[in-house]
Amino acid sequence: MNKIAKLFVTFISAITLALVSFSSSFAKVEGEYIVLGSAISLTGKYSSNGVHTQNGYNMAVERINKMGGVEVQGKKYKFEIIYYDDESNPKRAAQLAERLIKQDGVHYMLGPYSSGLTKAIAPVTEKYKIPMVEANGASRSLFTKGYKYLFAVLSPANQYLEVAIDLAVEKNGGKGVKIAQAFEQDAFSQDVRLGILDAAKRTGSEIIIDDKLPKELNDMAATLAKVKATKPDVLVVSGHTKGALTAIRQISEMKVDVPMLAMTHCDAAKLSKQHGKKSEFALCASQWHKNLSYKDKFFGSGKKYAKDFQKEFGYDPPYQSAESSAALLVFKDAFERANSFDRDAVRDALVDTEMQTFYGNIKFGPGGQNVAKPMILFQVRCKGDDCENRVVAPTKWASDKFYHPIPKWSERS
Amino acid sequence: MDFLIFKAPMLMVQASLDGILLGILFALIAYGMALQWGVMNIINIAQGDLVILGGYIAYTMYLAGIHPAWGVIVSPIIMYFVGWALYKLVINKVVDRDLFISILATFGIAIVFQQLMNFIFGADVVVAQSEYGTTMLFDNSVTLPNSKIFSAFISVLYAIGLVIYMKKSKLGRAIRATAQNARAAKILGVDTEKVYAATFGINAALCGIAGALISITLTLHPYVGLPYTVRSFMIVIVAGLGNLPAVAVSGMGLGLFEEFADYILGTEFRIGAVFMLLVLILVYRRFKLSKKREYLK
Repeated sequence: MNKIAKLFVTFISAITLALVSFSSSFAKVEGEYIVLGSAISLTGKYSSNGVHTQNGYNMAVERINKMGGVEVQGKKYKFEIIYYDDESNPKRAAQLAERLIKQDGVHYMLGPYSSGLTKAIAPVTEKYKIPMVEANGASRSLFTKGYKYLFAVLSPANQYLEVAIDLAVEKNGGKGVKIAQAFEQDAFSQDVRLGILDAAKRTGSEIIIDDKLPKELNDMAATLAKVKATKPDVLVVSGHTKGALTAIRQISEMKVDVPMLAMTHCDAAKLSKQHGKKSEFALCASQWHKNLSYKDKFFGSGKKYAKDFQKEFGYDPPYQSAESSAALLVFKDAFERANSFDRDAVRDALVDTEMQTFYGNIKFGPGGQNVAKPMILFQVRCKGDDCENRVVAPTKWASDKFYHPIPKWSERS
Repeated sequence: MDFLIFKAPMLMVQASLDGILLGILFALIAYGMALQWGVMNIINIAQGDLVILGGYIAYTMYLAGIHPAWGVIVSPIIMYFVGWALYKLVINKVVDRDLFISILATFGIAIVFQQLMNFIFGADVVVAQSEYGTTMLFDNSVTLPNSKIFSAFISVLYAIGLVIYMKKSKLGRAIRATAQNARAAKILGVDTEKVYAATFGINAALCGIAGALISITLTLHPYVGLPYTVRSFMIVIVAGLGNLPAVAVSGMGLGLFEEFADYILGTEFRIGAVFMLLVLILVYRRFKLSKKREYLK
């Protein structure tokens, strides 16, 4: 579906954009509609994840509207979202946020895709005191600025791989381990790195390689050669999809033997599909997996959500879609508890959010981050040439045992 | 940690080989740029995007079940016509203007190409699998992916072929004549318009080969073209125009320098070190130039 659908989506948003610019009198609540605004990456380098995000939003809007909408002061309202294409460009995103608020009169915002763009928009929503529930900005620095109108349904970036270090230490009989790490130099990956530094300190582990990969680099040979020479207990890599794909390609080609390999963005990179057996045993951090046992009355369980999503959009939902859908559930809940359209009342209601969604429990910490949901780890496992992601931690949802240590390349078929 | 490389001599071998193999691939892209720059005085900002497009051609073949290595034959053929069409549509309107206009025009082409590739192939990072395996040296302490060796080999092969072609063939001689003096060449009966189109096509074909090789050695994404443009620009600046051996040496040198900078200064300074080197070279060149001028006075 993808290409045609994307073209179509871009076309539709262009038309919406044209229409919307004619009628600048859009208000926060129009007739029976509560109007939300979002700048989202429909073109540019984040466009695939931008579309995942938008699909997640749309799916939730449709579902909530179909199931009776939002009830405020005894009247039923429906959600509607105004989208603009931010072209994956932070400056553009900030302009569009300004436009949504000032010209279109939007009073409630949904987040864009990626930490970088959320960072660009947050100062704008904060300035105009517009509550924003975001689902795709995990960078820790978003939650340390004292923002009062920013709420994130996802776990912050520093938690992504901490669990992996704990696992490594546990396998090492509780003793500290030797860690080699390579992180891209962007806000998100560097936050993941901070999490590892904390975990290392906490567990008495030693970091023996600490490489920061330049953004334009797609060659990790030097880092991996160092890993071969120093033989760490665990190798941690984070550099978005490019980092994940490059790492697996070069680890397998250079025959780098490490007992444990932990990464981010494996599912976004379709690692198990693109690299097949070479990616086996890689551990991956994820915000969500459809097998988790959370439930809500709109989407049922994760499995049900995945099935419905598949039916609607033709592909298995990545966690970016799931968390985006959850953002709408949070908004609905907050409107109903506030029982008002006053921005500050809605904001106060958001602060008090404590709920379960199919995506996970949601409760916001003082910085706006979700503190109620743990990250999960899955491991790529293969049967023949068929590889899939199996949840291995936390133990509550583990469908498989964590396989450790990774066999040497000379022993792998 | 910083000087790990001096403790483990095998790392030195690994770094050198990695650097040289990668450098050869970059030299191929740079050669196309040097050729076009020398002949038409155009700095092609879209160079890297042509490379990525070439890579996507190989990737498409891979998806269709054909081994992506065949891309090194198919991709340049398709890319030659892409380059030729680009020349006819855009470049020939700006080729007689100043350098700035041509930079703007190719910058525009780069953006259009990126967005087109994004529409057609999607914004996901993709790789093609060659399944060439690995060569292990010195008791498994130095490992070289065969795909990288293959890349370097193909690059050298094409480079040699091109040198011979430029020396012996009629078109090659016409291209060199046009580079030396376009007006004189035209008076002597060279169809410069055709030469320009062919040069642009040959450059795009070289990019196509490099792209196919990158699809099996590194990763592809619609927006990763620019680093390749910058690298080849640097190699050309260092080597000078129209000098293939210098381009090859400068490509490998840059690859080596990068790898060693990684070990000694740290990965985060790898690209920075390369830029630093570029600045030093430019300053040095300028210094030499100003000396020459004094002498002329």
